[in-house]
Amino acid sequence: MSVPAKDTAPALPLDVERIRRDFPLLQERIRGKELVYLDNAATTQKPLTVIYALQHFYATENANIHRGVHLLSQQATFAYERARGRIGQFLNAAEPSEIVFVRGATEGINLVAHSYGRRAVGAGDEIIVSQMEHHSNIVPWQVLCEEKGAVLKVAPLNEAGELLLDEYEKLLSERTKIVAVSHASNALGTINPIGQITDMAHAQGAVVLVDGAQGVPHMPVDVRAIDCDFYVFSGHKLFAPTGSGALYGKKSLLEQMPPWETGGGMIQRVSFERGTTYADVPMRFEAGTPHIAGGIGIAAAIDYVNSVGRTAIAQYEDELLRYATELIGQIDGVRIIGTAREKVGVISFVMDSAHPHDIGTILDAEGIAVRAGHHCAQPLMQFYGVPATVRASLAFYNTHAEIDALAAGIRKVQEVFN
Amino acid sequence: MSELRELYQEIILDHNKNPRNFGKLEGANRAQEGYNPLCGDHLHIYLQVAEDRIEGISFEGSGCAISKASASLMTAALKGKGVAEAEQLFEDFHAMVMADVAEPIDETKLGKMAIFAGVREFPMRVKCATLAWHAMKSALSGADAPISTE
Repeated sequence: MSVPAKDTAPALPLDVERIRRDFPLLQERIRGKELVYLDNAATTQKPLTVIYALQHFYATENANIHRGVHLLSQQATFAYERARGRIGQFLNAAEPSEIVFVRGATEGINLVAHSYGRRAVGAGDEIIVSQMEHHSNIVPWQVLCEEKGAVLKVAPLNEAGELLLDEYEKLLSERTKIVAVSHASNALGTINPIGQITDMAHAQGAVVLVDGAQGVPHMPVDVRAIDCDFYVFSGHKLFAPTGSGALYGKKSLLEQMPPWETGGGMIQRVSFERGTTYADVPMRFEAGTPHIAGGIGIAAAIDYVNSVGRTAIAQYEDELLRYATELIGQIDGVRIIGTAREKVGVISFVMDSAHPHDIGTILDAEGIAVRAGHHCAQPLMQFYGVPATVRASLAFYNTHAEIDALAAGIRKVQEVFN
Repeated sequence: MSELRELYQEIILDHNKNPRNFGKLEGANRAQEGYNPLCGDHLHIYLQVAEDRIEGISFEGSGCAISKASASLMTAALKGKGVAEAEQLFEDFHAMVMADVAEPIDETKLGKMAIFAGVREFPMRVKCATLAWHAMKSALSGADAPISTE
C-alpha cells in the first residue's frame, strides 16, 4: 500500500478546468442555464473518486464491520479502519484511535456535550461560545447549561465580524469549563485565531472544542499545533457523503469519557448478572452499525483534496475571494456582511432594494445556487440587525467566470426591483 | 426569465414597495403573529371583526416581496368581507398555490389573488405567499399562539 501524499502536492497554480471535470454535478444545467454552484458552505459536490469509492465498496466489499470472521467482513473492517487512519493523518492526530466516526459536526458536538460536558460541568460553571457560532455549536451547550445550572457566556465580535480576543479573555476564569468556537464562520467566513483562543482557555484550565465544519474544506488543519482538545467536521462539506463526519479528541480526554449512545459495538462484555463493561476508545463512542461507506468516502475525499494540495486550495480560494469581494462590493446598494481580514471563501451580503429570499430566487432563475436565510446563526443576524443575508460560498472548483455570473445576477435583481 | 416575470409581476412589486393597510389597526379585536423560521419572514395581522364581518384589517412586519405583497393584497381583498367568505378565499388561495402548475386558475373565484399562481413554479416560495393567509385564518378562529409555517 502506498503512503498517501500529505500536503506534499506542489503549490502549483491550481488547474480549475481540469478539476471541474472531476465533479459530474458541475456539468449539470439548471433551468436551462449552466449551473453556478456557490452554496459550498451548505454542502459540497462530490468528485468521481468519492462516488467510485462508494460504488466500489457496495459492489465489492460490503459487509458489516468488526467481529465477522468471514473475509468480506475483514475487508470492510480494514477499509473502515484505514479511513480512520487517513482522517487521523489529515488532522495530524497523534493516533487513529483519537478519531471517532460521527454523522457530522453536529453529532460530534452533541457527543462532547453529553459525554464530556455532563461530567465536567456543574452548577455555577461556565461555557463560552462566540457570537458567530452556528446553532449546532450553541444549542447543545444551552441545553447542557440548563441541565446543570451552568452559565453560557458569549464572546463578542467587532463590526467586521472578528472575535474580540480581549473581551473573550475577560470572560475566561477558573469557572470556565469548556470553550466552543468555530474554526471559520459559516455565515461570515471569518477565520478565528483558534490557536490563541485555545492557549487562553488552557491557561484557565478549560478545554476547547473547535467546530471545523468550515475549516477542513479550506485550509490545512493540524490539531496538535492548535492544541485544541476536540475538533469536529462534517464529511459532506469536505466533498464526501452526507451523514459522515469525524470527531477528533485527545486520547487522554476520550479515555475518561463515558459512553454516549449505547448498544452493540461499544461494549466489552454484557451480562445481566455482572453488568456491562465498555469498549476502549474510539469504539466506546460508536454504538450500532455506522455509515461504513461514508467513512470510506471521507478517506477518498481526503485523498482527492491532498492530490490537489491543501496549500494550493487555500491560495486559489483566497485569490477568488478577493476577486469576488471587490466585484460584488462595488455594486451600488450591496452591503457585504463580514469583512474580517482573515476569511474563508464566504461572501454574505444584503441589498437595499430586495430581500435575501427574493435575491435567491432571481439568482436561481439564472442557474446560480446561493443560500438566502439566517444560515443557522440567528444570534449573528441579530448582531448585524438583519433578518437574513444572501451567502455565496466558494470551493476550489469555482471560477472567476462564475463570480462574474453572480455579479451579473445581482444586477438583474436590481433591474427587477427598481 | 419568463417564470420569474410571472412571479414578480408589477402588482406584486408595487404592493411590496407600497404595502396597503400597513401598520397596527386601531380597534382591532383579533391579532395573530406569523413567522417563517426558514427565511425570517415575520408579520402581524390585525382584524376588527363585528357580526361575522371583517370591518377592518391591517398587517405589519418584514419579509420578502412575495410575503409582503401577499399580505397587502389579502388585506385589500378581505376588508368588508364576511368571515365565511374570507375563509372560503383562504381555501381557494391555498388550493391554487398548492396545485400543479398545469392546473388552470379560476380567476372568478380568486380575483387579484390569481397573480400569485406564479409561485407554483417555485415550491420553496409557496410558504411566503401563504404566511399572511395562515395568520389571518388563525386570527379569525381566535387562536392567539404565534403561527409558524414550519
